[in-house]
Amino acid sequence: MSHPYRDVVIAGVHNTVQARQLEGHDSESITFEAALGALADAGVPTPEVDAVIGAHAQELVLGLRLGPCTRLPWQLGIPIVLEGADLVASGRADVVLIAAGGASMYTDRTATAPWTRPANEFVVGYGLFTAAEFALMARRHMVMYGTTPEQLATVASTIRNNGHVNPDAVYFGRGPFTPADILASRLVAEPFHLLDCAMTSEGGSALVLTSAERAADLPNPPVWILGGASDSYGPAYQIAPAWDIVGRSDVPAGYVGRTAARHAFATAGLAPDDVDVAELYDPFSFEIIRQLEAYGFCPDGEGGAFVDDGNIGPGGRLPVTTDGGTMSYSHAGINAQQLQRVIRGVEQLRGTCATNQVHGAEVAICSNGGSGALFTDVMLLGKERP
Amino acid sequence: MLEPQPVGIPVPNPSPASKPYWEGAARGELLYQRCDDCGTIALRPGTVCGSCLGRNLSWPRSAGLGSLYSWTVVWRPQQPAFRVPYAPAIVALDEGFRMMSAVVGCEPEELRADLPLAVEFHPASDDISLPYFRPRT
Repeated sequence: MSHPYRDVVIAGVHNTVQARQLEGHDSESITFEAALGALADAGVPTPEVDAVIGAHAQELVLGLRLGPCTRLPWQLGIPIVLEGADLVASGRADVVLIAAGGASMYTDRTATAPWTRPANEFVVGYGLFTAAEFALMARRHMVMYGTTPEQLATVASTIRNNGHVNPDAVYFGRGPFTPADILASRLVAEPFHLLDCAMTSEGGSALVLTSAERAADLPNPPVWILGGASDSYGPAYQIAPAWDIVGRSDVPAGYVGRTAARHAFATAGLAPDDVDVAELYDPFSFEIIRQLEAYGFCPDGEGGAFVDDGNIGPGGRLPVTTDGGTMSYSHAGINAQQLQRVIRGVEQLRGTCATNQVHGAEVAICSNGGSGALFTDVMLLGKERP
Repeated sequence: MLEPQPVGIPVPNPSPASKPYWEGAARGELLYQRCDDCGTIALRPGTVCGSCLGRNLSWPRSAGLGSLYSWTVVWRPQQPAFRVPYAPAIVALDEGFRMMSAVVGCEPEELRADLPLAVEFHPASDDISLPYFRPRT
């Protein structure tokens, strides 16, 4: 069987300006800016876009005369990039635009951001929010394997320093940080300090997918989807996020994403050793440690030691989240930031990153989600046609 | 000292499937949903057993004794109605199920894995009582 994405290319990517607050924008207007930016990057004129995916797909179809194929997913990120790839691979679309944006959504600053506050009956009375849910997974890993707050802080300082040097990052120039700086920031939900956590910000992000045939005439070097899949262990923020919940498989919820990673590596015909750069989703510092274990970059329980050994920084064995991620680059509301790992992976493989370019990168792993939310999506990108 | 939250926090909105649970809580009883056919305990209340697809689900009463599986101590409240610090926790009950709750009645630094706990109930509104857990000796 030939590779499912052999004829699909990621031809365009774009992040708008990202900021704590974008004056004069709402989610729709910044989504339009992201869409136009990605189409300009791809070199594709708007009349060629026959499929649009995103919360504002219908507005884009009307406003830019695109479509008529549309998808309005409840979440974005890797599953939707894969769905877009399926549309191209099956011939249902020639050019797929995926666009998202968040702005003017977080106004009451006495509470945590609205999308972080679960309302389910079994969690609402206990004051849970995203950081607390993820902390329950992190704490269990610390209990089982002896992972330390210092190791979490090493992840946070590494990723925040990637953002510190990135002029496009919301927190550009805010560092550099040492692990001690992370540990000195105020506690939010133990073991997480403020600087272990994602920020809230505003911005838009978009991608353009097309066929290999169409991409041959486009300006950017093609980036290929080598594999990808998604795991979910149930509805996020409704039940106790216990590490060892198991579903049909024997993989515990703490390693949600492991099945997806195995699937992605099998589709790609690659192994973790083949990966040059890891654009891992970083809602909280601990999530990097458990993903390194879940995807097979180190044995179970040794993610903390892997981080201690300097592997994830610039020039390390596996540079992680090289633009600063959701901690320092941007976390633009509910959806847009879930496209940003794929976008950064594409930029790494093109070799066009202005900061922290991994020299000669040929394979990137990208991810979304996290253990506290009981879902994780994984994707492998490459420079070589699969 | 970790304490129960005052009345005024957001309260649960029971579903048809979970109604017995909240009625039990209002009486000071901790109930859990179990399949009478195969004994599986539900991760969340429903209408069918996920293991055997049986429909004979019942609500036995838990003794309310368990131990601390995982926890966090929150210092930045989800919204101003919550008083900090508070300690959301996953409790492993002796009957073999886990639930979301919060630990009260000790200092945050006393929390540790496997800490023995016992359930107690505190009102969150006129209709709703929330289960909390307190360390036991």
